[in-house]
Parts: sequence; C-alpha cells; structure tokens
Amino acid sequence: MSVKTPSKLEKILSSGNLAVTSECGPPRGSDPKAVTKKAEMIKDYVDAVNITDNQTSVTRMSSLAACIHLKLMGVEPILQMVTRDRNRIAIQSDILGAASFDIFNMLCLSGDHQSFGDCPQGQNVHDLDSMQLLQTVHLMRDEGKFLGGADIKRPPQMFVGAAANPFADPFEIRVPRLAKKIASGAEFIQTQCIYNVDKFEEWMKQVCDRGLHEKVYILAGVTPLKSVGMAKFMKNRVPGMDVPDDIVKRMADTPKEKQPEEGINICVETIERLKSVEGVKGFHIMAIEWEEKVPGIVERAGLYPRPEIGAEN
Amino acid sequence: MIVADKKPVEEIIDYVTDCKNILVLGCNECVTVCEAGGKKEVEVLASTLRMCFLNQGTEVSIDEITLERQCDHEYLEEIRDVADRYDAIISLACGVGVQFMAEKYHSVPIYPGVNTCFLGATEKRGLWTERCQACGNCMLAITGGICPVSRCAKRILNGPCGGSSNGKCEINKDLDCAWQLIIDRLKALDRLEDYEKICSIKDWSTDRAGGPRKVVREDVQS
Amino acid sequence: MRLQYPANVKIIRLPCTGKIDLIHILRAFEKGADGVYVVGCLEGGCHYIGGNLRARKRVEQARKILDLTGIGGERVQMYNLSASDGPLFVQYAIEMNEKILELGPNPIKLKKDAAA
Ligand code: SF4
Ligand code: SF4
Repeated sequence: MSVKTPSKLEKILSSGNLAVTSECGPPRGSDPKAVTKKAEMIKDYVDAVNITDNQTSVTRMSSLAACIHLKLMGVEPILQMVTRDRNRIAIQSDILGAASFDIFNMLCLSGDHQSFGDCPQGQNVHDLDSMQLLQTVHLMRDEGKFLGGADIKRPPQMFVGAAANPFADPFEIRVPRLAKKIASGAEFIQTQCIYNVDKFEEWMKQVCDRGLHEKVYILAGVTPLKSVGMAKFMKNRVPGMDVPDDIVKRMADTPKEKQPEEGINICVETIERLKSVEGVKGFHIMAIEWEEKVPGIVERAGLYPRPEIGAEN
Repeated sequence: MIVADKKPVEEIIDYVTDCKNILVLGCNECVTVCEAGGKKEVEVLASTLRMCFLNQGTEVSIDEITLERQCDHEYLEEIRDVADRYDAIISLACGVGVQFMAEKYHSVPIYPGVNTCFLGATEKRGLWTERCQACGNCMLAITGGICPVSRCAKRILNGPCGGSSNGKCEINKDLDCAWQLIIDRLKALDRLEDYEKICSIKDWSTDRAGGPRKVVREDVQS
Repeated sequence: MRLQYPANVKIIRLPCTGKIDLIHILRAFEKGADGVYVVGCLEGGCHYIGGNLRARKRVEQARKILDLTGIGGERVQMYNLSASDGPLFVQYAIEMNEKILELGPNPIKLKKDAAA
C-alpha cells in the first residue's frame, strides 16, 4: 500500500513495522495538563495516540482541542470523530480545523447512543454514519472537494481509519462489514479489545481469505484487565465484548493484590500470540485510566523501542 | 397510522383550570385505533374533569363531541355553530388535528389532550411501535423492507453499529436492532450479498431538516 | 337460600363483568354513588375466558382516576367468587358497605347538595 499522507502512523505501517497506538480520554474539565500528563507518560512507547470523542456520550473536552495539545508537544494524535454530535457542516469544518494543525490521522465512528451519557435528554444528529464519514474524508482529501462540490483550498491530509469488532453480532456480517468499511475508505482498523484470541483468529482467517488484509492495516485492540470485577463487567455488561471464561477464572484465581499484574500478564501474552496472526499489523493498547502501564506492556511485549520515523511537517 | 398516548390528566386540568365551558373533542381516526383520543377516551376524560371540578366545588359545563377526522376542513366545519360557546377546547386528535382546529377557530384556545408520538403500527392491543419517520425519500427497497431511519436508534444507514448484541439494540435489551432485522430479512430473501452495497450519503432535505414540508399535486387539484 | 345483604347496595346485573366499561364506573360516581364494587367469577373461571380479568383492569383504572379527582380510589373494589357462593356474596356486600360507611358519602354529592 502506497503512502498517501504525511502521517507517521501510515509510514510506520507501510514500512512493515508493527505499529503501536494507545488512547487518552480528554478530561471533564479544561485543564490541558490532564491530557499532556497522560501523553507524556506514553509518548516514547507508542507511535500515535487516539483521543476519544465524548466517549460513552459523556461530555468532555473536545477531541480536536486535546489533539492540538498533543500535536504541540510533538505527539502524533489520532482524532476520533463520532457522527452522533455533528452534522455534515460541523464535520467538514472540524476536519479542516484539524488539518490546519497538521493532524494527520482520523478514526471515524458512529459513537455510543447519548442515552448512555450525561445528556440522555439531548438530540443526536447522525446526519452521516461512520462509513459515510470515511467517504467524506476521502472526498475532501483525495478530490479536494467539499460534500457540496466546491474545491477546498489546502485539502486535509488524513490517514483514515475505522473501528471493527470481530466479535459483534450479527456474526454473518462480521467480515462483510469490514469489507464495507474498507470499500468506504478505511485505511487502518483498530479492533475491539481482544480476549478471545481463538475467535479473533477465526475472524482474521476469513479476513485474509477475502484478501482484505492486503487492503487495510489491522491493529489488534487490547485492554489490560485491572481486576476480576472488570473482567466480569466486560464479559457481562459491555455489548459486543467477548471475555472467555478461562480469562475470568484466571483473574478470579489470582489473589486480589496480584490481579492487576496478572491482567498485564494476560495482555502481554495476548500481544505475543497475536503477533504471529496473519494480517495483524500492529496493536492498539487501550489502558483505560491506566496509561502508566502502557510503557511496561510495550516493553514486555518486545515492541520497544519504537521505530524512528518522523511525521513530515 | 399516527400513534398518540394519553396526556397526564393533571396537565390537562392545569390548562383549563379557570374555564367554565369546555369541549372535549375526539377524533375517529388514528387516535381511536390507538385508544388515546376516540369517543371512549373523550367520555373518560370528560367524566374525570367533571368529577374534579365538582369536587373543587366549581361549576363547569363539559361537552363531548367526536368528529370523523380533525385533519379535514369538512369535518371540522361540523362544530362551526358551537365552537365559540366554549372558553376551551381540548382536542384529543394528534398534533395535526389540534393545529388544524386552532387554524380554523381563532377565538377559542385549543389545548392538546394527547401526546402525539410517532408513525407506527399496533403490534397487539396496548402495544404500538414506530415504523416510519416520514423522511420523504423512502429507502425501504434497499433495506429489505425494514426502515433504519425510524428503527435504528442512530439512524445508521450502513449498519449495524458495534453495539448490536444478540439481535438487540445497544440502548435497550427489549428493542430489536433494526440492522439485525434487515440482515435477517435480506437472508430470508436470499439477498445477503446486497448488504455489501454501500448506502451513499442521504439527502435529508426531504426530511424534517428541510423545513416544513409540502406535497403539491396539481394533477389532483380542482 | 334467602340471605340478607345490606339494603343500600343496588345490584346491576351483567352477563359478564367483562361488559363493564371504565366509563360506567366513572358515571356512577359522577352521579353520586358512594362506592362501586364489581363481583366477578373466580379468576380462571370466566365463561368468556378473560372477562373478569378485563374488569379488574378497569377497576384499577377507575381507582386511579378517583384518586386523582380527590374522590378516593378506595371507593371502587373488585371481588371474585364462585357463582354458587351466596354466603361469600353477602360477606363481600357487608364488607364493602362497612368500608363505604367509614369513608362517608361521595364528596361531590355533598358539594352538589351544598350548591343546590
Ligand atoms: S425510509 Fe423514510 S419514508 Fe421509508 S419508512 Fe423509513 S422513514 Fe419512512
Ligand atoms: S444496535 Fe442496531 S438498532 Fe441500535 S443503534 Fe446500533 S445498529 Fe442501530
């Protein structure tokens, strides 16, 4: 796959290195340190950092503003954008805003329903869906056009990605849905957290059978478990999450004070195993409010040091 | 049909609290079928109001009329001679009926007696569910006859989202995921390959987004 | 069997309690009844399958409305008994009568009389 943008993430992936990304959730307040502190912790251990966009529909500092803070400190941001809160005018405008700060990566999502968040009485927009958002970014980048047809002066240069859940229902369309995202323009994929590696491998096999792994970079998502409670919560409460019983048992059989360590062991083992799965081009480590553990995981998984490829500016 | 639900009586009492002559006006169409604003509901509301006022010791006269339709000039004319006798009319029609009444009868305040909810169907008695949001550009042909605009909580046209779980929507375990239904239906029609066709960005100008809408048909105008 | 029930109970016969509409109960109160009780067959024993269950729902709706209007939901009650159980019929009549005597007259009847 040829390089189309100045994105450092894209360069690392196209050079054949396993990429490592992580994510930070912006704060429920305006203190920039809440973002920069997290980024500082992980910046030498990952290639790019996702900034979530009002995740679980809870109002937070805007993803774009947090991305700018990262960019200013020399960390490569991945702007997450959900279609829940913006119509096509705001979407295109925010993309241009991001491009003006030379933000080169974007992840297109539909977003959780607002009923989960702090404004359940609010409206949602959903003018576009995540696949149509992918198309929009491509139109803006590749054709230099707005949705309205006019030309863009200095079009955005975004490496665009999407999320995929190898465990989601309905199972018949798990792979076709990925194919659709790729056809819509997804160039990289960050998957849902993987605990059931057997099932993930099955999915990857079908992905490879269709040759989709040649068309998109797939970053396998992992999240270290902090406790058996978290394992159970993920298993039972989070839709589309597959945590096998043996993982829950392994956490449960570990004494409470050792559980965080065991969770990290599982995470590192998972990465080790996923490295040999055909089509896996990198890892997306989502250590939810546990960013300080990311460097250790990256090191132990043999993914450190990170390749020295800078983004063009 | 248009599905409506009863308004809390307390709210209605608040509107008419100082009135002496009230008309409770039902509609024989949709709101009768969904048991929110037909003749029976008119009777019950009128009786409830009467008892309330009697119990407060205020003398109020409350009449009951149910029209064939409140969204049609012709039927609204039927109360032309009596309308201005009232100092409040509570319309149990959908929002369309209430407004049409208000447009026709300027001097009497018209209050809504129901909450107009959606375009839907009776699944069984006492259960009505949404089926259409009148987007003005029906796309059911490509979605196997199931509407993602009205039935997917996020109006996703290339679904499902990542929250679909065991056939249910992420927002509520009692709610079918529209995209699961679409996929099941495409499968039943042996058209699952159609799933991979990408639905392009929708023109929402025919939807609410385009402002108040009109259908003009010169061919049928007289 | 000649059993005595309180004389101020006025009986309205229906083929099935399922015939009762909410409005019938409300009208009775509007006209000044102090209490209304509905005596249906035992649950599960309805000749028309669910008539007595429907009646119970309507009694519950009436109860809510009577509470809301300030007349008092306790004034309406549903009873079930087997068609041949005369003594129980009498017992329910006495029970209801006592309850209504305790609650006193329908307040709107009092207000109407005061206004007249
Ligand atoms: S696609 Fe539009 S017109 Fe068709 S059922 Fe859905 S909302 Fe109604
Ligand atoms: S779960 Fe299904 S119905 Fe609910 S928002 Fe997602 S795609 Fe739409």
